[in-house]
Amino acid sequence: MSARHIAAVVLVLSTALAAQERPDRSKPPSLGPATRLTLPDIQKRTLSNGLPVWIVESHEVPLVQVNLVVLAGSADDPAGEFGLASLTAAMLDEGAGTRSALDVADATEFLGANLSTTSSFDASAVRLNVPARQLEQALPIMADVALRPAFPGAELERLRQERLTALLQARDDGAAVVSPAFARVVFGATHRYGAGATGTTATLKAFTPSQLRAFHAAMYRPGNATLIVAGDVTATSVVPLLEKAFGVWTASGPARKTPVPAAPQLTARQVTIVDMPSAEQSQIRIGWVGVPRSTPDYFALQVLNTVLGGSFTSRLNQNLREDHGYSYGASSRFDMRLSAGPFTAGAGVQTDKTSESLTEFFKELTAIGTAIGEDELAKAKNYLALGFPGDFETIGDLAGRLEELAVYKLPDSYYAEYTANIRAVTAAAVQKAAATYIQPGKFAVVVVGDRQKIEPGIRALNLGPTRVLSVEEVVP
Amino acid sequence: MRLRLVMLLALVAVQAGTHVSAQSGPAAPASTPAAAVQRGTIEVPFRQFRLANGLNVILHRDASVPIVTVNVWYHVGSANERPGRTGFAHLFEHLMFEGSKNVKEGEFDRLLESAGGNNNGSTTNDRTNYVIDVPANALELALFLESDRMGYLLDAMSPERVDGQRDVVKNERRQSYENRPYGMASLELDKMLWPANHPYNWPTIGHMEDLTAASHDDVVQFFKTYYAPNNASLVVAGDIDFDRTKALVEKWFAEVPKGPEVVPVAPPAARLTSVKRETMTDRVRLTRLHLAWLTPRLFAPGDAALDVLASVLAGGKNSRLYKRLVYDTQMAQDVSAYQASAALGSSFQIVATARPGRTAAEMQKAIDEEIERLKRELPEAREVQRALNQTEASFYRRMERVGGFYGKADQLNSYFVSGGGPDFFAEDLARYTTLTAADVQAAAFEWLPIDRRVELVVEPEAKK
Repeated sequence: MSARHIAAVVLVLSTALAAQERPDRSKPPSLGPATRLTLPDIQKRTLSNGLPVWIVESHEVPLVQVNLVVLAGSADDPAGEFGLASLTAAMLDEGAGTRSALDVADATEFLGANLSTTSSFDASAVRLNVPARQLEQALPIMADVALRPAFPGAELERLRQERLTALLQARDDGAAVVSPAFARVVFGATHRYGAGATGTTATLKAFTPSQLRAFHAAMYRPGNATLIVAGDVTATSVVPLLEKAFGVWTASGPARKTPVPAAPQLTARQVTIVDMPSAEQSQIRIGWVGVPRSTPDYFALQVLNTVLGGSFTSRLNQNLREDHGYSYGASSRFDMRLSAGPFTAGAGVQTDKTSESLTEFFKELTAIGTAIGEDELAKAKNYLALGFPGDFETIGDLAGRLEELAVYKLPDSYYAEYTANIRAVTAAAVQKAAATYIQPGKFAVVVVGDRQKIEPGIRALNLGPTRVLSVEEVVP
Repeated sequence: MRLRLVMLLALVAVQAGTHVSAQSGPAAPASTPAAAVQRGTIEVPFRQFRLANGLNVILHRDASVPIVTVNVWYHVGSANERPGRTGFAHLFEHLMFEGSKNVKEGEFDRLLESAGGNNNGSTTNDRTNYVIDVPANALELALFLESDRMGYLLDAMSPERVDGQRDVVKNERRQSYENRPYGMASLELDKMLWPANHPYNWPTIGHMEDLTAASHDDVVQFFKTYYAPNNASLVVAGDIDFDRTKALVEKWFAEVPKGPEVVPVAPPAARLTSVKRETMTDRVRLTRLHLAWLTPRLFAPGDAALDVLASVLAGGKNSRLYKRLVYDTQMAQDVSAYQASAALGSSFQIVATARPGRTAAEMQKAIDEEIERLKRELPEAREVQRALNQTEASFYRRMERVGGFYGKADQLNSYFVSGGGPDFFAEDLARYTTLTAADVQAAAFEWLPIDRRVELVVEPEAKK
């Protein structure tokens, strides 16, 4: 089976065009019939230990992507142990089975493979990208890393120092300071979404190997994971290899999960300035608690955000960049997680245009609630629906899309129906979503910049109660 | 490389895009496990022709996903600029998206987004490239837009448009250099590496005062000098029909008039004869050390060996510098090494950031000891083979994506422009697979002399 192929062929002109024909430039050429991406089937299997395996064949390039996605992430960090899931994932390849950290790196690199371990708020993953010929040799290494990490004390100490130093370095960079600052303001320091995934200086200093081992034992289980394979393999040939590597994984019983509670919504506008002396640009973030990935308004919000700040021609980018030249780029985003993540609009703007930029942001955030033209809606829907095939070009793309299905429990038909779902979004639904989810009168405003230069202008806007925090307070 | 656009909040975990789709090569004999990873051949089949106006055209078909990409390289970069107008090639790149005779301001992006497309551009020292990725049914729209700005940009140009993008580019500079930790160091490093009259001495982003000085007249002159079909190459790739695409390219591009011949840049000789050392300060908490050498240009003898040397020094946990500075002694937070290849000459750079309380001097001592050890003792066969296997696998990863930066279309254009021909993939890979441990050692010996290089230290500003 050919993994990716076209359903509708491009329009073929029946008459040959004369080479020197003068083209008609008075209007843009019309588009041919829309192309469609026919997605390959997901072949589903189960290993003897119950681990679900999803396989998508793609034979374009002799590479294979294997992702083990575990349904536990930073959201499962216990109170006071923020950073546990992230550090656990980072430690997986620092010694596993009989291999040392250096052995794991040497063996994978020698095969020409890329092996990464990572975690987000909602999931953790071990990802292998390997030339097809080397798959059989690479899988045992991947299985060691995912199933039998050793969590050596010396390696933990090294990663701890690396992460503590990274937190120090983040304080140098306004673009790195503004995300945790905004999260802290919107969610509060005790909510899991109110701190960065890697935790704080205090939590990082306290972790022990036994904590990491316990988290791994509780969460990394065949019943709490999905194994995803995309690339130049057949299901028949790859399943025995997967069984050999992952079938022995025996942890059973449900993972100990505690879902992140929904954060209380903001009720009044407030401003936070984080002082970064001599900064040439101010980093602005505006927003509040958004929606979970399971929101019934998902497709309307995709269209809404594309109009507001999700594309180059979006209102925010047109205004802040193209019309005013205050910024290199402005955008907005709903970060959807298992629980409601933040809605954020933001930009880096030149210091002497900080208050002017805030005025323009609020102008656009207010205007989006009043009217969106038919043309603008059509453009956004086309952008999302027609540009969709571009998300499936590589086996890494494919496996990533499948991870999304696994983590958010989306149906197999999800991507096949994506385009139709975007097309079905009505103007009324977008307007309703805007009224519900974009309420600028209640938004938090966070600005990281040169306080001395920007504070008077910001206060003069009278946006709401204004406080000043230090970089150390927002990146603790 | 300066980009037109970097989306600020798009922090989704998407892999960076050097991929393409190739023909898988014949399987290797099962008995060669220790050597190369794949032993296939890399082939990107293409057709090539040239229009009467001098435009070189390359077509490549890959129908795995129903998208097409239109990729244009203009053979002009910041190396073609003159002092007083640095940054102009990149500023000009921004203006190419602002409309042309038959495309109203803003329409370029609006039309493409309405078709489900994306676009971007970038400028380096040596070239300026433009990419339009669209669903296959919008191929002709992309060709119309690309040809209109190649032929008729000036009909729509005005001083106001120059002013608008001047402000955007100044903010790009603030975001990427002034306001980024250690951002000014790379500009200083180029000034130290290259003589004042060498075009790599100044930054692609340009000096602020030169951006201020750029005028509408400069735009007119630059367009007439460099933005002609005979100074460009066009690749159309993806889900295309060869004959129809050839006809469409002729339809839209044939009428664009030929321009004057472009005089190639003739850079003065660049050579380092001693150690040039400087210390600068920045708003940072940790000390950083840069070491840099002048090295052979892209594809010249030594260029590939220096890539492998960079991997032996700083690619992965077992690499020499990473293991010593970051893993064992932990004096450094990070270390990297790379051969920055370019058309008129390259540089080899090592960058290391010190842990709190550690110094540039101790990092430099450790780095120098490792370089000298490589010159004395042949690298192990396994560490060279490990680097080569990774390089070989990376060539396959580059075969996955058709469009965007570094997709197959961009690579075809890159190989065409740098002289190897569009189908240089296999030859390029062979530059690496034929290397031996002795070649890597020789590269260190010949190109990394400790007494002829640039040493730049970035120290934290004193607390006020």
